[in-house]
Amino acid sequence: MTNDDRSRRRFLRNLCTIAGGVLVAGCDNLSSKPGFTQMLAAAERLNRTLHHVLAPRKSMAQEFGEADLSPYFRSNGTDNPDDPHYQALARNGFAEWRLRVDGLVERPAQLSLAELRAMPSRTQITRHDCVEGWSAIGKWKGVPLSEVLARVRPKSAVEYVVFHCADPMDASGTRYYESIDMEDAYHPQTILAYELNDGPLPIANGAPLRVRVERQLGYKMAKYIMRIEAVRSFAHIGGGKGGYWEDDGYEWYAGI
Amino acid sequence: MDEYLYQRHTLVVRVTHWINVIALTVLLMSGLQIFNAHPSLYWGKSSYTESGPILVIDGGFPSWATLPSGQWLAMGRRWHFFFAWILVLNATAYLSHAIASRHVARDLAVGKTEWRTIGRSFAEHLRFHRPRGDAARQYNVLQKLSYLLVIFGVLPLIVVTGLAMSPWINSVVSGWVDVFGGRQSARTLHFVAACLLLLFVVIHVFEVIVTGFWNNLRSMITGRFRVERQQRP
Repeated sequence: MTNDDRSRRRFLRNLCTIAGGVLVAGCDNLSSKPGFTQMLAAAERLNRTLHHVLAPRKSMAQEFGEADLSPYFRSNGTDNPDDPHYQALARNGFAEWRLRVDGLVERPAQLSLAELRAMPSRTQITRHDCVEGWSAIGKWKGVPLSEVLARVRPKSAVEYVVFHCADPMDASGTRYYESIDMEDAYHPQTILAYELNDGPLPIANGAPLRVRVERQLGYKMAKYIMRIEAVRSFAHIGGGKGGYWEDDGYEWYAGI
Repeated sequence: MDEYLYQRHTLVVRVTHWINVIALTVLLMSGLQIFNAHPSLYWGKSSYTESGPILVIDGGFPSWATLPSGQWLAMGRRWHFFFAWILVLNATAYLSHAIASRHVARDLAVGKTEWRTIGRSFAEHLRFHRPRGDAARQYNVLQKLSYLLVIFGVLPLIVVTGLAMSPWINSVVSGWVDVFGGRQSARTLHFVAACLLLLFVVIHVFEVIVTGFWNNLRSMITGRFRVERQQRP
């Protein structure tokens, strides 16, 4: 074997090692490089823009018939908030629970479950799509968020609606929260649901109140809502990304 | 033996081919990462019906097959949706070129008389018989059909079933996903299409190896392909 052959072999071996290494480790390395992941995330903005061009503001999510209802509606994430205040409210059938609606609004309000039930309602059979990949079909009844907003009168600076929830997500007590923009907030199918499948909303599915945002994935549809806050920006809330899962790297726009 | 080199693949075909290799690899691996978040497949509109899943892969796919390798759904989605754009833009560039330059009509379209050679072509494949001389300059009928099936069948199917999983895209024309039998059926078809693409790649690479690996590889890098000159009697 000549020196030439040896160096050629070494070159080929190195090439293979580098190629294999780049493929396996490289992609994992890239996943932890902020610059690279931000480039990947650019596609998400592109998706959001394209989706908003394709689907008009008030495009409706598909609604189904009773025959399509899932025999049981799967609960995901928290199924019973580990919080003494919430547990006390639950023991009394949420009679003392009040929905605080505040932030950048003219008339902040505290609404009881009975008051919400007395407001105009909407019933819809829709498909719930989890980011994990599964879907379930349920029948929801609730008050359109637009009705609640009409009562508190958001100021013109308001860009987002933030849902503050009762469920602690970790040992440090970080609570679930989510946010949607005003287009979704005023969408006819965006309701604050207090009923599932003709019965009171079960604790596993978010009692006493959860939001339905039918054109997005399940993680946008916050459960155990305690407070709705109208804001101009959510940068100062939680990790600043607009939601519990968003702070963990999931996209704020969950229409895909 | 007398041989000569000729320009087999255009620059656009070569560049889009290798971009496609990268995009499909990332899409497959990040797709398996997304699948692993709920490693079951269903038929119908939802996952929770009277009938159970049609396929369950316990524990999901191994970490060496997924991107990122550990369980990380959010990052898998980022990779997947970015490279989905690369795939679609690349495919658009390829198709525009392939149609405008008559690559499809000249090299991929199956001629009327060619259909009759399917049986013989099949037998030749089974015997690893490779065409020589001028015959090697053309794609054989099975090769043409598999390219056409992937370009105009499987790839469009995987893109549309991917879009069918987006709840926002669902609302563009309410109920259009029922064309596939519902969102969960679309998810299953997306998976099936990915399997078909993988099957295509396995056969494609196998054929590349057995019909002259270096010659094929060079032709897809520099464009030049070596053919034996036909012996005239």
